[in-house]
Amino acid sequence: MKAIITVTGKDTVGIIAKVSACCSDYNANILDITQKVLGDMFVMIMMADITGLNIKFTDFVDKMDEIGKKNNLVIHTMHEDIFNAMHKI
Amino acid sequence: MINDHDILETINMIAQEHLDVRTITMGISLNSCIDSDVDKCCDKIYDKICKRAEHLVETGMEIEKEYGIPIINKRISVTPIAQIAAAAAGENKNFNCTPFALALQKAADTCGVNFIGGFSALVQKGFSVSDIALINSIPEALTVTNNVCSSVNIASTKAGINMDAVAMMGKVIKQLAYNTKDADSIGCAKLVVFANVPEDNPFMAGAFHGTGEGECMINVGVSGPGVVKKALEKCDGTLSDVAETVKKTAFKITRMGQLVATEASKRLGVPFGIVDLSLAPTPAVGDSVAYILEEMGLESCGCCGTTAALALLNDAVKKGGVMASSHVGGLSGAFIPVSEDAGMINAVKCGSLPIEKLEAMTAVCSVGLDMIAVPGDTDENVISALIADEAAIGVVNSKTTAVRVIPAYGKTVGDSVAFGGLLGEAPVMNISGYSPAKFIGRGGRIPAPIQSLKN
Repeated sequence: MKAIITVTGKDTVGIIAKVSACCSDYNANILDITQKVLGDMFVMIMMADITGLNIKFTDFVDKMDEIGKKNNLVIHTMHEDIFNAMHKI
Repeated sequence: MINDHDILETINMIAQEHLDVRTITMGISLNSCIDSDVDKCCDKIYDKICKRAEHLVETGMEIEKEYGIPIINKRISVTPIAQIAAAAAGENKNFNCTPFALALQKAADTCGVNFIGGFSALVQKGFSVSDIALINSIPEALTVTNNVCSSVNIASTKAGINMDAVAMMGKVIKQLAYNTKDADSIGCAKLVVFANVPEDNPFMAGAFHGTGEGECMINVGVSGPGVVKKALEKCDGTLSDVAETVKKTAFKITRMGQLVATEASKRLGVPFGIVDLSLAPTPAVGDSVAYILEEMGLESCGCCGTTAALALLNDAVKKGGVMASSHVGGLSGAFIPVSEDAGMINAVKCGSLPIEKLEAMTAVCSVGLDMIAVPGDTDENVISALIADEAAIGVVNSKTTAVRVIPAYGKTVGDSVAFGGLLGEAPVMNISGYSPAKFIGRGGRIPAPIQSLKN
């Protein structure tokens, strides 16, 4: 089971660190990161293995949302199946 | 591997273009609740619904969170109550079916769903005693409940049009409008009169659990007019290109609906029924079917060309969606409710969309005259005749048509009614005042058309 975590917002110090720390805290294994800064906008797409997650996935989504709210970022944490369903036949 | 473009496209559709699953509707058979004692029957209904749908809302919310896709409504549909009430009604045509509506309301409150559908009767060919009792109970039942929806099927391609039922419904709608006059006649927004009603429709107010359905089923209705509109903004080609763009978009939307339906079915342990591929608008800006038609090149929805544009849209939605789902059903197409669509409301207000054009559009859309407000003093025979016209379009073309009309008590052309939420607001529309009273008064049945003889 994999999750896709997307992060957008104004670029500041430590965004990747905060999101990664959250993954580490709850045992989500980061598999891939794509990240760009466009002007002063930070955009990141992260894929993480959530098979060994030590909390419920819905709670993990809440934790990521909290980080987003605290740091003025928009974070979407979604199960990869939604993307597979929409974009693969 | 999923590519970044696909990820961002999906997130954009959800965050910016109002992509959502409009409803997860659990259909529940109430056949096992039949009892000649009204109170016992109502208790059985309440218990059964609460048992089956106990986890419906929380499961919906869980899926919503895990997949990041908004699931706007969680709803319940049940076996037409006229059939369940038959044992209790016996030979009494004046039997009051309102206690059944109250039982449904109580169950809806307990389960936390926002609508429960199935206060319904199927009378396309004739009435049973309990059908008459139920239809006569509709004005009271929908006045004393908030979340119960009712539907009556008065015609089918196979049976023709039951004109006695058509005449009854004109009276029922007027009475319901009067009963709920303090809330802009909102009762009428919860009552749909159908021709060729589908038995697995997940959308309200017309959802019920058909007699050919299983014990309990999960049906899902998708949405996404905003996504189609945005996709068309980037399409400068011919109408063939427009159709292709709609198809591709409908495919993606439906795949998401299929995923949600499969997940909900698995988690609730209830068989998956169908995905309804409908473009269901909401009053939110950017979530309008009318704006899709305008994006195709019409100055204002309702101008000449609207029917052709809607036919293209409706067909392309089906073609795109049908491959994306294992079972397609319900209404599947494009809805054109007036009050629930910002673009339709604007078109009515600016005078480009009269009721006659809407009627023409219903020949090629998936439902019919939906959420239309007419003056409160409209004669009941005019309402019946409007229903008959709409039923004729459905019966002859072998498609579903419906009428959800609100004769807004005390209001006239130029006024508007406001229901709030998904039901939106509707300008009161002009309707011909010439009388069809003699035609409606004849009663009887309009015979099934020749195309019904397919065997």
